[in-house]
Amino acid sequence: MGALISVPGEFQHLAEKTGFSLEQIGILHRRFQQLSHGETTIRRENLRSIPDLSCNPIRSQIIQAFFDKRNFQQDGEGSVQEIGFEEFLTVMSHFRPPGRNLTPEEMEGLRREKLRFLFNMHDTDNDGTITLEEYRHVVEELLSRSGALGKETAKGIADAAMLEVASISVGHMVWAHS
Amino acid sequence: MWILKSRRGKMGDDINWNWTMGFLAFWIVFLSNGFGSNGEIAPNPTKPSTIPPPANPGLDDPQAFPNAEVSNLPVFAMDYPRIQVPFEITLWVLLASFAKIGFHVYHKITIWIPESCLLISIGLIVGGIMHSVHEEPPAVLSSNVFFLYMLPPIVLDSGYFMPTRLFFENVGTVLWFAVVGTLWNSIGIGLSLYAICQIEAFGVQDINLQENLLFASIISAVDPVAVLTVFEDININEQLYIVVFGECLFNDAVTVVLYNMFTFVADMPEVGSVDVFLGVARFFVVGLGGLLFGFLFGFVAAFTTRFTANVREIEPLFVFMYSYLAYLVAELFSISSIMAIVTCALTMKYYVEENVSQRSCTTIRHVIKMVGTVSETLIFFFLGVVTVTTDHEWNWGYILFTLLFVFVWRGLGVLVLTQIINPFRTIPFNFKDQFGLAYGGLRGAISFALVFLLPENIGRRNLFITATICVIIFTVFIQGISIRPLIEFMNVRRTNRKLTSINVEVHTRVMEHTVAGIEDLCGQWSHYYWKDKFKKFNDKVIRKILIKDSRAESSIVALYKKLELQNAMEILDTSTGDLSAAPSIISLQDEKKQPASTKPKRKFLTTDLKNMHDILSKNMYKIRQRTVAYTNKSTLPNETAAREILIRRHASIRRSLRSGSFQAPDIAKSHKYFSLPAGKNLDSKFPPKRLRHVGDDDTLSETDYPSARPRYGQPQRSSSRAMMPLRRLDTLREVPTDGAGVQPSVVDFVDEKQVWPGPSRQGSSASDSRVPAPRGRFDDPDEGPAPMYPGWDRQPQDPTDEETRNPLLRRPQWKPQKP
Repeated sequence: MGALISVPGEFQHLAEKTGFSLEQIGILHRRFQQLSHGETTIRRENLRSIPDLSCNPIRSQIIQAFFDKRNFQQDGEGSVQEIGFEEFLTVMSHFRPPGRNLTPEEMEGLRREKLRFLFNMHDTDNDGTITLEEYRHVVEELLSRSGALGKETAKGIADAAMLEVASISVGHMVWAHS
Repeated sequence: MWILKSRRGKMGDDINWNWTMGFLAFWIVFLSNGFGSNGEIAPNPTKPSTIPPPANPGLDDPQAFPNAEVSNLPVFAMDYPRIQVPFEITLWVLLASFAKIGFHVYHKITIWIPESCLLISIGLIVGGIMHSVHEEPPAVLSSNVFFLYMLPPIVLDSGYFMPTRLFFENVGTVLWFAVVGTLWNSIGIGLSLYAICQIEAFGVQDINLQENLLFASIISAVDPVAVLTVFEDININEQLYIVVFGECLFNDAVTVVLYNMFTFVADMPEVGSVDVFLGVARFFVVGLGGLLFGFLFGFVAAFTTRFTANVREIEPLFVFMYSYLAYLVAELFSISSIMAIVTCALTMKYYVEENVSQRSCTTIRHVIKMVGTVSETLIFFFLGVVTVTTDHEWNWGYILFTLLFVFVWRGLGVLVLTQIINPFRTIPFNFKDQFGLAYGGLRGAISFALVFLLPENIGRRNLFITATICVIIFTVFIQGISIRPLIEFMNVRRTNRKLTSINVEVHTRVMEHTVAGIEDLCGQWSHYYWKDKFKKFNDKVIRKILIKDSRAESSIVALYKKLELQNAMEILDTSTGDLSAAPSIISLQDEKKQPASTKPKRKFLTTDLKNMHDILSKNMYKIRQRTVAYTNKSTLPNETAAREILIRRHASIRRSLRSGSFQAPDIAKSHKYFSLPAGKNLDSKFPPKRLRHVGDDDTLSETDYPSARPRYGQPQRSSSRAMMPLRRLDTLREVPTDGAGVQPSVVDFVDEKQVWPGPSRQGSSASDSRVPAPRGRFDDPDEGPAPMYPGWDRQPQDPTDEETRNPLLRRPQWKPQKP
């Protein structure tokens, strides 16, 4: 078992880092154990094997997000093949509800962080921009599950969306550091 | 008659004319009604010629000389008493409906004054008139009639069009407010009034606690009608809407129990704890019984519709009969009939709409709406009438305090209850929402009927009636009129139904799916988990039972329809010369190089966007949808898509017959290839193999439209609409644009449905290079250049879109037809 992580001290450190409460970390740790079948790291296959997730159209992107270094808050690039509990928690922490009493700047920062997460999900080639192709891919995935309209439609919709954005910026979405 | 003539002479203005006609009709109807309902005043209409002793019917006395005593064949006879009852009912309904027409003459009226107020006012006027001529209001307003005939349609209307997903997401809050809120209100008001009664000055000391509580339970029944109309008009946020809506529907259980309990207990001098306990037990029986009956009848109804394929004409009947039956059976057992009928409607709707034909579906919705609206109109109307004609007993103190307490307790109740339930809600209610909730607690028809149902042995019955009517009129008028400006002033959260951007839609979905995925990852068993479980159970078990399985025929029919539609689209598109994907489809398929005609610039019209939204909303996987647009209370859901398709189809057929284009067969043939694969998805059982003429995986997938059994039970109808995604946006992408020669639009057809599943090969860029446009294919008269419509992004984009791959797509401006 992950003897390394079951120490409450570790949890404390993680709690501070990610903002979860100790109880939450405990729950997530149990889940981590469950997913990893007792190992200390999780691979993509572990996540793919979750049955409920299989209905989700953007499953692969979600799974990928866990292995994307950019989400580890360490300014990394690229992706890894397996993650440990700490990275798992870090990615999960993006989904924490904001605390009640945050200052507006903190709220803003939190929002940016969450948006960054989503952006990274779209931006599969890690180049910092979402090109039309990537966007199309997303739309296709979204529409794919209902056995719907197929590539042309997805393309059309993605194009339309790009059009909207294009009225504001240029041909692809760039993460504007403003 | 002379009235008519003189009026006609004066009026020149249209609106005035409408008003006049309205009033005249009103008066005519009313007067004839007045004459009719009072037997003594109608000496004239009765049979003059049969006054002489009807010794013989006259026929066998042909040679009778015109002698007054001898009976002749009555040439003209009137028999009023025979038709009296139906006649009067019809007239009253007509009268109320005329009033409704009259209100909409001036649009502004209904914005500021809710319809219920207007109806009550008209009722008051009519009541006043009737009172002054010493007439009795029609006996139709007995409580029996109300509860058995007038209430069920309204409740069915509310239940059937309730947004299910939204409701189930908020079911906890709704039930909390409905049950606990009503209890809180009743007991609070009852106790306060009892305290007031102790004060000698008001002279109401004879009302004991039980009677006070009884009265309080009547008064605390919130009525949805006026509130919902206002809420919809101002697009209030859905959470508030559904809580108010649900509360109104489901507080019936509590009201019924309290009412019965207190009526029963009102004569008893003492109330023991046993009675309280029994009351609680009774509440559960009533509530759960109502739910149970509702489910039962809902399932049976759904099951029945499985077999109605051959009796399409009477399909709607099953829906109505089963719902009504649920209501009546619940009334039989004195359990909550409103809950029964609402549950029945909720259960039944999903499955029935999949089983019945398109027309039946429309009929059902339409009839429910119609009868519901009529019922509601009548109720408010009669409320006005009866107000004037009934015996009142006025007591300043009691009535004023009743009003006060109604407000105070509602406000307190909302405050306290929200504090308790907010932590459990994903979207907590802020104070403005709470204000909306509290202020939206209007009383209405149910209180009215309940108070008339009071047994005679209650001493102060008339006082109660007066007080109830006062409260109703006060809340409906004052609150109803002022709620709109207040909510706008306070800027209560509005709903964001009008998505104006594709991006918003796409990203919302992405976020929803992401959150859902993370939830799955975490293994958290939130209520989404149960929803999922139910979904699976539903798909595996329930649907098999309740929905027609063997749809072999229907899938072929649907396939045929799809073929036709595709043909139609094709024909239309090419005939208008729009650079439709039609030519590109053909070119893709048959490698025909059509003359690359000029491709006009295309812009996104708002209608296109709307179309995209529709497609997105219908096709995207919706497992965790949070917000659903709710249908307007007074209008039917918009189903214009199907109609438009048919219009286009018919027109196209007409056109093809007219012109007999040569290339039509080619198109048709090529389209067959394309629609067939689509048909495959109509029914997953439909064998795909034989459709693979094209032999391309992509073609199979691309023309898919959501299978007729989409996961969340979108009715089959929507598939035809969703079937038309935007394909041209892409296929037109790379073609060099040519501003000239903007193609004439198809005048009478809807532009927004011009998109339709185009074929897409993997290398769809192939389509882009070929720009066929067999324009003059059909001798369609040139409709002339379409007027310029504000396109999506017009001028700034012009220079840039030629070169880049950027799909700054243009569309020709065609006249969008406003559905």
